[in-house]
Amino acid sequence: MAEPPVLERKLLFVTGKGGVGKTTISAGLALLAAAKGKRTLVCELDAKGDLASCFETAPTRFQEREVLPGLWAMSMDSEASLRQYLSLQLRLPRAAGVGAVARMFDFVASAAPGVREIVTVGKLCWEVRERHYDIVVVDAVASGHIVGQLAAPQAINRLVQVGLVRQQTDWMLDILSDPAITGVLAVATPEEMPVAETIELVGRLASETTVSLAGIVVNRVLPELFVTREEQAFDALGEPAAVDILADALGGRPEPLLDAARLMVRARRSRAAHLERLREALGGAGGPVPPGVGLPPLLYVPYLFLRSHGLRATRQVEAALAAELES
Amino acid sequence: MSVANSQTSIEALVAAREIVVVCGPGGVGKTTVAAAIAAMAAVHLGGRVLVVTVDPARRLAQALGLPERGREERGREKARARAGGTGAQQVAANAFARAGVVPRGELWAEMLDTKRSWDRLVSRHAPDPATARRILDNPLYQNISGRFVQSHDYMAVERLYELHAEGDYDLIVVDTPPTRNAIDFLLAPERMADFFSSRLLRLLTVPYRSRFADVAARPFYYVADRVLGSQFLQDIAEFFILFQTLSEGFVTRAAQVERLLADRRTAFIVVSTLEAVPIREAGAFMRLLPAKHLHLGGVVLNRVLPAYLTEGGLAERAEKLLALGPAVAAELCGPGGPMAGWDPVLVERVLEEVGTNFANIGVVARREAAQRAELKRASEVVASIPDLAEDVHDLAGVLGLGHYVWSPLTPDQIA
Repeated sequence: MAEPPVLERKLLFVTGKGGVGKTTISAGLALLAAAKGKRTLVCELDAKGDLASCFETAPTRFQEREVLPGLWAMSMDSEASLRQYLSLQLRLPRAAGVGAVARMFDFVASAAPGVREIVTVGKLCWEVRERHYDIVVVDAVASGHIVGQLAAPQAINRLVQVGLVRQQTDWMLDILSDPAITGVLAVATPEEMPVAETIELVGRLASETTVSLAGIVVNRVLPELFVTREEQAFDALGEPAAVDILADALGGRPEPLLDAARLMVRARRSRAAHLERLREALGGAGGPVPPGVGLPPLLYVPYLFLRSHGLRATRQVEAALAAELES
Repeated sequence: MSVANSQTSIEALVAAREIVVVCGPGGVGKTTVAAAIAAMAAVHLGGRVLVVTVDPARRLAQALGLPERGREERGREKARARAGGTGAQQVAANAFARAGVVPRGELWAEMLDTKRSWDRLVSRHAPDPATARRILDNPLYQNISGRFVQSHDYMAVERLYELHAEGDYDLIVVDTPPTRNAIDFLLAPERMADFFSSRLLRLLTVPYRSRFADVAARPFYYVADRVLGSQFLQDIAEFFILFQTLSEGFVTRAAQVERLLADRRTAFIVVSTLEAVPIREAGAFMRLLPAKHLHLGGVVLNRVLPAYLTEGGLAERAEKLLALGPAVAAELCGPGGPMAGWDPVLVERVLEEVGTNFANIGVVARREAAQRAELKRASEVVASIPDLAEDVHDLAGVLGLGHYVWSPLTPDQIA
């Protein structure tokens, strides 16, 4: 079965190794979804506040807020999420201490597998089930932790035999396991560790969870300055006689300019090797992609040479993702 | 702060400490920097130096003689389990020989094994071996030790304490785990102590029958039962009752660990790149250090663009190159020119790429310089590592990077 296109899904978990730019990618993707007329919710799971800075808006809270037309943003808070859930499910009067129970629950969650995860993932699934939004983009936890989060319903099923939490896992599993609804978008940069973690993640998603891989975003791809013949010409420019002509024309030594180009060529080359390894691992025999499943789409986002990080950068990511998804 | 002062180098700092904790946001190269500091200390300062690392890249692990990180398609847990039996390993003399150096001291490396550290801690603090066994076999314990995210942080400091107390090493360099937030690492001992003193822990471990005697807590149990089911709640309570037997030992230990971190013999080195998000997290971390009475030894900036990119006049030269491209290409490729025979259109395109690339890189270099100046006001940047483009794959590579960490910044690098 062909995997549905990325933006056709209703619930997207964006993950990746720390530092690869998953928040910016989530924000760009959310902008793109909203621009396509989808009622979009973007949720930051770790509440570091980076998502708000991508939109240059006030800090996000658990209560979602429309930050741009058609785009709502929130940050996850497992205690608040549980409180909302309890008051919806138990119809408890406030006085009965929903707050105390929520705190207790958070405490239990520090020991019991899947308890905190089920509350956060549950809230997101609930937004999807209730059709409050056309698409929910989740700036999820890092790739080392996402598998535990997405496998939470199964973990809960093993441990908890009865109770409200147990009753919730079935419909959540239905949402999470349906590739037409839910997908994971893994973000990597073409570097050694991010690539290694992505390959590991793809394997673990397939073996330990029921959630499908919607695609892989390769972020911060450096530009290719020269093709072969051009590179030879570039080398010739470094010869003393050529350097002298350049120096005369520019009114100063050209070497730093040439060095900067060399720096870029070298960096791009070393990154290309990692990218190659990623492609090979995904497509090769014995790789993490089970036979019969098509290769996940690779979406390339260029390195942004910008003065600052903020809405302008997010817009450029949006444009790059749009071009990749339409190609 | 005077930068000419000889104290402001990582070398001087490391020479005066017994423990160096390398911390910072995720993805900035902490593991490699920790390895580089330890390797440089072993080579130049001597003594027995140990680097405790968490999840090294495959080639870095090889360079340190550590068991290979699990093959990528396998889970991390497996890699850790295999690493479990090894403890610290000495980096072989011939690895140094291949790198062309004769170390004054010894370099040892150990991979942190969270699970094993937990097991040891439980065995040490349990009242008797039977209780220890019951805790170790409990499925909830398996979860705490294996998946409880903050436990990696706690175990890194716990293991550090143990190693320091054993006294086998002159210097211990610790690479901190990839946490969601660098701050988690600092808060780990405190959280451990809070866990045991929590009122909630007491509520949960009240014997089941007497729960309903406490009128105030009754709604709590009522709701908890409905949400989680009483069986699960009982399983949790049972586990916590067992776990509570460890409380005294754990809390005492956490206090000792906290004292060791705050001791003058310990220094924190914050690693960051100059990108916006890591730098913000690193900044928050640095502000927290003094509040926790911890000593910031210095800041190491990784993957920094070379300083020459911001030199005056270069941006103008790049602009000129873009404007004069066709003329310069014609001159280069003209008869008797150094590139006679080349297609001037192709050469023009190459010149344009060179100019555009410089304009692009220059934007990033200036942004980095501004970030760096801001950081300078807040704290001391003591080392700066250029973006080397190549991954570290042997000890020579580790030492090559170490050279940048070690050498004090020259005045023009500081500006």
